[in-house]
Amino acid sequence: MAVLLVLLGIIVLVVIWLVGMYNSLVGLRNQVKNAWAQIDVQLKRRHDLIPNLVETAKGYMQHERGTLESVTNARSKAMGADSVGDKAKAEGELSGAISRFMLVVENYPDLKANQNFLALQEELTSTENKIAFSRQAYNDQVLFYNNKIQMFPSSIIAGMFNFQQSDFFELEDKGDREAPKIDFSQK
Amino acid sequence: MWELIQQNRRKSLVLFFLMGCCLVLLGYLLGAAYLGPNGGMIGISLALIIWLTLSLISFFAGDSIVLGISGAQEVTPDIHPQLFNVVEEMKIAASLPAMPKVYIIDSAAPNAFATGRKPETCAIAVTAGLLARLNRDELQGVVAHETSHVVNRDVLFMTFAGIMLGSIVLISEVFLRGLWYSGGSSRRYRSSSDRGGGQGAAIIAIVAIIFAILAPILAQLLYFAISRRREYLADASAVRLTRYPEGLASALAKIADSDEQLPRANKVTAPLYIVNPLKGEGKKLSDWTSTHPPISERIKILRGMAQGTGYLDYQQSFSLVTGTARLIPASGLKDTTAVPVRIASSESAVKPSEKSLKRGVGDLVRAMNGFLFLTCVCGLKIKIPPDFKQSSLPCPRCHRELQVPAAELATVAVGIEAALAEATYMRKSDGWESFQCACGKNLQLSPAFKESKIVCNSCGKSTTIVGNETK
Repeated sequence: MAVLLVLLGIIVLVVIWLVGMYNSLVGLRNQVKNAWAQIDVQLKRRHDLIPNLVETAKGYMQHERGTLESVTNARSKAMGADSVGDKAKAEGELSGAISRFMLVVENYPDLKANQNFLALQEELTSTENKIAFSRQAYNDQVLFYNNKIQMFPSSIIAGMFNFQQSDFFELEDKGDREAPKIDFSQK
Repeated sequence: MWELIQQNRRKSLVLFFLMGCCLVLLGYLLGAAYLGPNGGMIGISLALIIWLTLSLISFFAGDSIVLGISGAQEVTPDIHPQLFNVVEEMKIAASLPAMPKVYIIDSAAPNAFATGRKPETCAIAVTAGLLARLNRDELQGVVAHETSHVVNRDVLFMTFAGIMLGSIVLISEVFLRGLWYSGGSSRRYRSSSDRGGGQGAAIIAIVAIIFAILAPILAQLLYFAISRRREYLADASAVRLTRYPEGLASALAKIADSDEQLPRANKVTAPLYIVNPLKGEGKKLSDWTSTHPPISERIKILRGMAQGTGYLDYQQSFSLVTGTARLIPASGLKDTTAVPVRIASSESAVKPSEKSLKRGVGDLVRAMNGFLFLTCVCGLKIKIPPDFKQSSLPCPRCHRELQVPAAELATVAVGIEAALAEATYMRKSDGWESFQCACGKNLQLSPAFKESKIVCNSCGKSTTIVGNETK
């Protein structure tokens, strides 16, 4: 009788432990999803800001049609991307186009004096930062979640209930990590 | 990261416990000295009751008390959009559950602090002088430092430790003063009542007096040790959040440069600030009796972090500069993923002159108090107080008649929201397309439509069409 009770106790403990493990995995998966949603919010905001920025800058920068167009094109490409990988690549290109645009702006003092443009520039800088920080938070979250899935003993539960590993949000284009080069020969 | 916070909590708890022992011992000795051998327990319970009452008050009203004492004023995003953006960036980076409240302190001295016993209800306060001096990256560093205090639960802990210190000081002060004024009468009473225990009571009384003098000093040293450690840790976390050590370093350098005093800071609120607001005092006293590590040392550590911005890098630089033990527990250093330094934000590095700095502080404070700003054609900026009633006024310099906008702040932030609210639509093809306006009406675009804007004929709202110019 006593042996039976002890066995029963052990089984109950194991079940409680399994349920706890499963719940923590679900919680982690939801945190990853939430972190991804955070990135999405900021990306959307950047997409909304760009037309206004281009519109304001257009009047001042007639000679920079190419720069402005590359920003607009990168934006439409980024808006069309679906998967995490595609999105990361397209958004990386957009970041590059924007930082090139910001460097060109330095040559236009009139534009830099425009109050509306200054406010938009601050918004855009902040949105860029928010994207970077939410990406950082997302990757931290994914690392934690993937570790949990791969490590024993939580890996058993993860295998049983088919928890998939999440992708990191990496900038595909290596060039974007470096500061863009400025060409002085044109001036 | 979580192990780090936990270990940090555990170590602080040990120090906290030591301070608690100080309090209990003090209570016991004083009780025994005043009320005889059985008074020890009464002394302990009295000490604990004082501590508990103070703790409860600070737990439920501490934030508003601290903010009130410092003279901080809650502000809306249109007063300083950049500050709000930076706070939101740090909220995202630290994964805080809610946006912290933002306060500005009306003072020219550059400083900042955070309060809030849990991340959900925290607040970050910065002085107007700080905002006028720092550029974007530096402001981000300071806000990250404050956010780290909240994330690491420093605010909660320092408040309780501060209360503990306060109770110890209070109790021993009361005892010593009581002894001074009524010492004679109590001794006469005791010597007549129990003749046998007279010598024991005298010894207890002497020990109590010595302890009452030593306890506050001991508790203060412990308190300072906790406080300094927390500042270093908050620096490490701040760099980890921003990935840009130079931002915080040059912010600290700029703050150290100014010799302005924060008039409304006091000994109790001092440990909450990013640098010790009581400058005159801090310089004289040695390292042991300061709530903050020396700024020069903090800057040196931050500037020594050339390779990366992880905790490991901070630890290496820390031991190099201070030459002493470890700051961050081994469990916090397990995460060895290289965290590269990010590049500085593109911002013209113009050093503001002393005059423009003062003007910036003044304008910010006026904006907080509902002033309007009018820029005349001649370039003069006119500040109009909120109680100004006329609809126009002459420019003091060129005497042009200027219209005063009807009691509305012409803020740029509002302009941006309006611009964002203006809808945009992407052309997908060269053929016929239709989309829905914000009011719900379907709008048609013909292949021949080449304008950059379309106006809805039912609500009159214009929508920007993107993609036409590239075809």
